[in-house]
Amino acid sequence: MDAFVLQLLNGLDKGGAYALIALGLTLVFGTLGVVNFAHGALFMLGAFCAVTMQKLLTLSVKVKDPGVTFFDAYKEIPYLEVWFGDTGKAVIDYAVPLSILLAIPVMLLIGLVMERGLIRFFYKRSHAEQILVTFGLAIVLQEIVKTAFGANPIPTGAPDAVAGSAAIGEWLGLGAAVVYPWWRLIYLAFSLAIIAGVFSFLQFTTYGMVVRAGMQDRETVGLLGINIQRRFTVVFGVAAVVAGLAGVMYTPILPPDYHMGMEFLVLSFVVVVVGGMGSLPGAVFAGFLLGVLQSFASMTQVKDILPGIDQIIIYLVAVVILLVRPRGLMGRRGVMES
Amino acid sequence: MNDIVLHVADVDKSFGGLRALSNIDLQIEEGKTHAIIGPNGAGKSTLLNVCVGRIVPDSGAVIFNGKALTGRQPHEINQLGVARVFQTPEIFPDLSLLHNVMIPAFAKRDGAFTFNAWSGLVRESGIRAEAESVLEDIGLIEKKDLEAASLSRGDKRRLELAMGLVQHPRLLLLDEPTAGMSRHDTNRTIDLLKKIKERGMTKVIIEHDMHVVFSLADRISVLAQGRIIAEGTPEEVRNDPKVKEAYLGEAQ
Amino acid sequence: MNSNFLRNDMVLMAVFTLVVLTMPIWLAPIGAGYPDLLQKIAIYGIFAIGFNILFGLTGYLSFGHAAFLGVGSYAAVWTFKLFSMNVVPAILFGVIVAGLFALFIGYVSLRRSGIYFSILTLAFAQMSYNLAYSVLTPITNGETGLQLSQGDARVLDHALGIAQSGLPTPSFFGMEILGWSGFYVCAVALIIAFFFALRIFRSPFGMALKAIKSNQNRMNYTGFNTRPYTLAAFVVSGMYAGLAGSLLAVTDPLAGAERMQWTASGEVVLMTILGGAGTLLGPLLGAGIIKYFENIFSAYNERVLHDVFSGLPNGLEQIVVSFTSLFVGEGWQLTLGMLFMLVVIFLPGGVMEGFRRLTKLFRRDGPQSPAGAAQPAE
Repeated sequence: MDAFVLQLLNGLDKGGAYALIALGLTLVFGTLGVVNFAHGALFMLGAFCAVTMQKLLTLSVKVKDPGVTFFDAYKEIPYLEVWFGDTGKAVIDYAVPLSILLAIPVMLLIGLVMERGLIRFFYKRSHAEQILVTFGLAIVLQEIVKTAFGANPIPTGAPDAVAGSAAIGEWLGLGAAVVYPWWRLIYLAFSLAIIAGVFSFLQFTTYGMVVRAGMQDRETVGLLGINIQRRFTVVFGVAAVVAGLAGVMYTPILPPDYHMGMEFLVLSFVVVVVGGMGSLPGAVFAGFLLGVLQSFASMTQVKDILPGIDQIIIYLVAVVILLVRPRGLMGRRGVMES
Repeated sequence: MNDIVLHVADVDKSFGGLRALSNIDLQIEEGKTHAIIGPNGAGKSTLLNVCVGRIVPDSGAVIFNGKALTGRQPHEINQLGVARVFQTPEIFPDLSLLHNVMIPAFAKRDGAFTFNAWSGLVRESGIRAEAESVLEDIGLIEKKDLEAASLSRGDKRRLELAMGLVQHPRLLLLDEPTAGMSRHDTNRTIDLLKKIKERGMTKVIIEHDMHVVFSLADRISVLAQGRIIAEGTPEEVRNDPKVKEAYLGEAQ
Repeated sequence: MNSNFLRNDMVLMAVFTLVVLTMPIWLAPIGAGYPDLLQKIAIYGIFAIGFNILFGLTGYLSFGHAAFLGVGSYAAVWTFKLFSMNVVPAILFGVIVAGLFALFIGYVSLRRSGIYFSILTLAFAQMSYNLAYSVLTPITNGETGLQLSQGDARVLDHALGIAQSGLPTPSFFGMEILGWSGFYVCAVALIIAFFFALRIFRSPFGMALKAIKSNQNRMNYTGFNTRPYTLAAFVVSGMYAGLAGSLLAVTDPLAGAERMQWTASGEVVLMTILGGAGTLLGPLLGAGIIKYFENIFSAYNERVLHDVFSGLPNGLEQIVVSFTSLFVGEGWQLTLGMLFMLVVIFLPGGVMEGFRRLTKLFRRDGPQSPAGAAQPAE
């Protein structure tokens, strides 16, 4: 039972990341009709917003180390610490959450530029061409990041206050053995909050209503004299921000490197297809489902019975779902069926 | 009475709550041209789609030459000898006219699948000659090497007709073969269809244009609100008061 | 469309053979006249020609073809280990195993079309890749890659009493495959592969595949069962990939899982698109261009660049060098990505389409563009 709860939780935070990326993919596909293979790169760019923030906050000055008296030794102290003392230290400690402030405008900008500069020219072209051009863009983006930040993963820690583990077992009455890293718990809550935010934006604002109507029937909404195009551009920006925030918050769980986007993209695409192309609830549900399944598949008890299952479970599920339910778990009729 | 080629037996079909076809019973005789007319939304296209396996009826059966068509794949139905010409031109836009017509000829000769990757197209002079003669009949021979996408809409429809004719099907289903054509092209198509009639090909035509219907049809069925309200020779149908009310009256 | 069509194809074949066999001569002036690079061009050319039979003719975009390349390599290396260092059984076995693998994956994946098909092939390739790294280690030797060893059985060679000392090299009935002989084996394979592709393009089968790309629905109503056609195209292109994979093993007898990664699948897509999907020569051209520039660009570093731009004024030189260095050496991938985007945006028909536009420009009143012009479709 303990192990079960633990694996469930382990799967949920990864599932949260899948769900957030898949949500953006689906939004873009549903509104703009574009299959965006560069969406994983947006996740990666988000993660590197956190890296940049951390670098900015820890810009350092070399000062003489008074602790070493035998020779002249220097150590680097961040300016923030020099100027603000402990307050500065605390700010540096909270680099990752603070990066959200940086990531929102930056990702929005990247999203808008991407849509206006490239994607809009591909509305009318075939899905194959959309896949190819965005695939090329993804390579370009990740290579730029590689040039700027190097090829190695860059550790970006969570704030000290939540660095430990939560005694989740005690809360649930399962015994003290069940502990769970605080940050993963935060990530789970964070992703749920973002998902709720996106859904309420679509559900309760007039803006969202137009977008939803556009997803159903673009032409009619266009005929009503609503400039659906501009709204869709904003949707692309929102999707970029969602992917970016998912990336920012994921950095303490997985030190970001330049090709993390591709890995998550492939999986998220599988998630979208399993959930059903064009279905937002499907994307979210499938994201968590696959995250949890992957987590369970990596339990030793399971691997003993089915060796290697942890490596292929997601793809296997995708194959089975596509063959049994061609439209995915919650797919709508007539989407991407040609 | 001639043999019955196609028998649509007691077919019902509903979409959601809407009854598209109810109790349709239709017999098409060998060698005859049978027209199905009716106002918009009467269920004509649904009926045709039932015949080629695109729509599976809720009940009833479609029997062609003693074999049930219901539940069969579109390609199987074609291989049995039923060819269909669509209302919106369904052609191969990226291929030349000649190849557009050669493809159905291959389907007729070689069946639903042959792995003939080794024989050269150049050696297929028989198929080529057949395709060229149909293109000749239809008046598109001088355009045979053009890409089909470059044709006008009327020419595309005639090309599609050629794709149906080259198979010499036992039954040819035509969905408004002259819609979108100029008067001149319409008359040419009528002449062509008359010519095929002399060769004894059985045809079912769905048509709006009364001129076309009355110049070609041996028998006419009138469809209204998913039911057949009248059936007979052109003369009988013309004088049927029910038809006048439901359809012809409306047009006047 | 006339009777000298056949003769034209024979001329094409003869010219093609000549051009391929003399590659070491005419590619030497641009610094490509050495066997390592030329055999890579030939091998990836075969891979792309085969991929084009599926993608270029039927329009089905597979994102998992590298799996067949990898399987072909593994099968060839195992043939070396178990039976003989002769390349003929290794190539045959590589092609057959890849074909069977493609039959299975194609049978399942082709039940869907469009992007669903792409995702299914991607999923299968990723599964193969992940498994090759984990549970299949006894067969694939995991991260190290499958290699020859002195203790290998090589039943046939032993039975025939073929002497070997140290690690053996692949051979073609006694002739060792090393350096130029490696290139010529690949070149002959390329010529044969191209010939098969030409036959397919000019056959009723090839025409049916083009028609499927053009309007699959119509094909069904025309009496064709399209799935066996697409499956046949899938298997044939899988066998081409297997041939390419076994040739990789012939020229360098080891096989690693990284050959199956989906970026490798993306590369063959790029080659095909760059050259011109649906054209006969385009994919080979694309493979050649990419492998050539990969080789040249990767070799550049900052020092070489300083030499190249030494004529420029000092300050400007520094700027130019640091800018260009982004695109060469380690930055080759960036160039590749940009190339990918530029081609898809401005020249979806690839280099061949570019040629066609150029010749049209010179012959204003030239003939209409031939039917079946390359256009990547869904």
